[in-house]
Amino acid sequence: MSIAASVNDSRVTGSSTRSWKAPIGFGVGALLALFVFALGGPATTAVFRVSDDSDRFRLADIALPANVVGWVVAIALIAITVYSYLQVRRGAGINQWAGIAYAFLFVVGFLTWVVGIADRPTISLAGLVAGSVTLAIPLIFGSLSGVLCERVGVVNIAIEGQLLSGAFAAAVAASVSGSVYVGLIAAAFAGVLVSLILAIFSIKYLVNQIIVGVVLNVLVSGLTGFLASTLLSRDSATFNSPPSLPDIRIPLLADIPVIGPILFQQTIVGYFMYAAVIVIWLGLYRTKWGLRVRAVGEHPQAADTMGIKVNSTRFWNVLLGGAVAGFGGAFFTLVSVSTFTRDMTAGQGYIALAALIFGRWNPIGAFFAALLFGFATNLRFVLSIIGTDVPSQFLAMLPYIVTILAVAGLVGRSRPPAAGGIPYVKE
Amino acid sequence: MSAANRGTEAGAEETAAPPPAPGTGDTTPAPQDSEDRGPGILKSIVTGSSLVAILAVVLSIVLGGILIALTDEDVAAAASYFFTRPTDTFLAAWEAASSAYVALFQGAVFNPRADSLALMFRPLTETFTVATPLILAGLGVAVAFRAGLFNIGAQGQIILGAMFAGWIGFSWHLPFGLHLVFVVLAGFVGGALWGFIPGILKARTGAHEVIVTIMLNYIAIYLVGYLLTTPSFQNPGSANPISPRLDETALFPQILGPQFRLHLGFLVAIAATYGVWWLLNRSTVGFELRAVGANPSAARTAGISVTKGYVVVMMLAGGLAGLAGVAQVAGTEQVLTSGIAASFGFDAITVALLGRSHPWGVFFAGVLFGAFRAGGVQMQTLTGTPIDIVLVVQSLIVLFIAAPPLVKAIFRIDRKEKPSRKNQKATTSGGAA
Repeated sequence: MSIAASVNDSRVTGSSTRSWKAPIGFGVGALLALFVFALGGPATTAVFRVSDDSDRFRLADIALPANVVGWVVAIALIAITVYSYLQVRRGAGINQWAGIAYAFLFVVGFLTWVVGIADRPTISLAGLVAGSVTLAIPLIFGSLSGVLCERVGVVNIAIEGQLLSGAFAAAVAASVSGSVYVGLIAAAFAGVLVSLILAIFSIKYLVNQIIVGVVLNVLVSGLTGFLASTLLSRDSATFNSPPSLPDIRIPLLADIPVIGPILFQQTIVGYFMYAAVIVIWLGLYRTKWGLRVRAVGEHPQAADTMGIKVNSTRFWNVLLGGAVAGFGGAFFTLVSVSTFTRDMTAGQGYIALAALIFGRWNPIGAFFAALLFGFATNLRFVLSIIGTDVPSQFLAMLPYIVTILAVAGLVGRSRPPAAGGIPYVKE
Repeated sequence: MSAANRGTEAGAEETAAPPPAPGTGDTTPAPQDSEDRGPGILKSIVTGSSLVAILAVVLSIVLGGILIALTDEDVAAAASYFFTRPTDTFLAAWEAASSAYVALFQGAVFNPRADSLALMFRPLTETFTVATPLILAGLGVAVAFRAGLFNIGAQGQIILGAMFAGWIGFSWHLPFGLHLVFVVLAGFVGGALWGFIPGILKARTGAHEVIVTIMLNYIAIYLVGYLLTTPSFQNPGSANPISPRLDETALFPQILGPQFRLHLGFLVAIAATYGVWWLLNRSTVGFELRAVGANPSAARTAGISVTKGYVVVMMLAGGLAGLAGVAQVAGTEQVLTSGIAASFGFDAITVALLGRSHPWGVFFAGVLFGAFRAGGVQMQTLTGTPIDIVLVVQSLIVLFIAAPPLVKAIFRIDRKEKPSRKNQKATTSGGAA
């Protein structure tokens, strides 16, 4: 209830005729670029290695003089700021590509600067990108679960619990059966189980969805933690030593520099991730099912009038979301680490939730937002290896600050499904 | 158990007190509350939320006991010859569950094996010590609830409060009394600052407070982690990210003498509970906040500034959570570490939910969860039952309390009231699917 109210409220207060948010936001970023990337640019050359020595096809390294790049980026950002200022003053909209170009240039400027000031200013671009995708996999599954639930108007805070239950079930089932595929199925099933509680309490008993979500996270954390320190630790050889999923390498295509490994050298979970993004996007926007789902999320009364069963649509979508997130949770125990440890998802479900909102409740948007989080996390690891003066905590904060700026509307207003969080009771 | 009972009674009393606006007494964002909104304390105790609360606690404890028994090794051993002597299995199961709960009780309330009478009650003081931050942060979550906001950021707000309070505590050197006052104020300000950000963003841009507060939790963790590596925060000569000990003048005095950890912060928590109760139920500001929570559009029409309400309530919520940080840094821990908030900020959400966002309900819910936590440590040491069982029982309690029809259905009470109000079709289609 509160959420819907707040959304309405934001529409009322935010609907000024001319929004200066974008020029102001761009201006702040441009000044930052001017003072940090340009004036504070080191006189070193930042080297981005595109290929490794073992690669079949090798491309030359990209060597960028850090201070020159800093100046170019700063000037370009200032130009975009001026453009957006003029556009807003004329009362015209800002071209979407200006924002994208701005973001891209800012990232290039930042990367060049941060690598330039490191002790060893060389970084593997392929490694950076591949690591980012790997770290983003559970986030993407989590936010897809969020998309499926929230598009039908059920707020899913329980992503964290779904991921964690998936990780736990995958570890136990794969260990006991000795088959990773049994583990994957068990993971999806565990996610469904968490979703089932969410669905029953929020749809049947009309309990506030956020409350159920938060409590479910605690419940799953307690339950898996309890079982991990009783059953699993007593006999970890039987219950907690799952086999790892193998990489499936597609010959030739996997040799393409930079994008080869991320697209064509993944575990089955990785391939499923790409497939899920595409299938869910197509499903939501190109099928009758998707139209119904979105109708239920936006205007359940209207959907009901048209003969769509609102609560059963919600119920099945929430279960489907649980299956997706649970499957993604298997990543933690079958791909990333090969044992279950308590609370091993470490708040990633909440990050997935942020990615979902950052991605504007759209599977593809969520995909890229999750990639951004993966990228930021991986950048922190990579930079700590090459030795940088920037405190790692600030790099760690970066994605969270970016998310706050994003939801505060600098990037554009993200609008949740109108019926999100409101139980539907037929009149 | 009795705490929960009294908690909800207090809550019921409050609802029964003449509400300034009809229906705003129960703005806990739980729609099923509507059926508890009936008049009269007596009715509420007999049929309503108190009975449900007791049954929810009983049910959760029983389920937790079953879980303990299922994972117990002796039970597993006895179950291997279940068909020859089934009683052994049940005896072992009872033994496993009851010994765990007895240890929990002894760790939380009264320990008959201690040397002196005072020491026998030491567990109870531990319960109150642990309950202090839970109550304060729980109040922070609860006031936000009442204004219709979901404050998941208590964790970050506790950290900021502890950071501000701690810094004043170890780097300023003031006379006794004054120093502590500054420490407490600084903690409140620190938390309020961390609450101000989501409040103002919500008011100005409509940014969803759930997301912003989650993000601020992470930022706070990394911020305190960074500061504890800088010379102004890190203990000189220490390689660990830990601050110097707070000055003696900056610490909450221990109210029952040095052998108990219970400190003045507990009295602050009681005062804060009363203060929040007064603010919400007796003051204009509180009325406006509840009006905003109940129906923002109506509040706006009535001339209440909704945007101002969001900012004020989030600052208040943050400040209360900040006081929980003070209780930690100036009471229990006495140094600032990056783990100063433990998981109090997240537990506070369940505390606020169990207390149904009524100040005294939150107070007793905080004491109950404090008891679980203090007793859980003892239980883990004595019987080897992992403390995680406490999380399971706590979350089950909140789940069951949030869904009275489910509890009533399980215990087969109150049948005539159940189906009428809700749409039969919606219920069955959900169940059938």
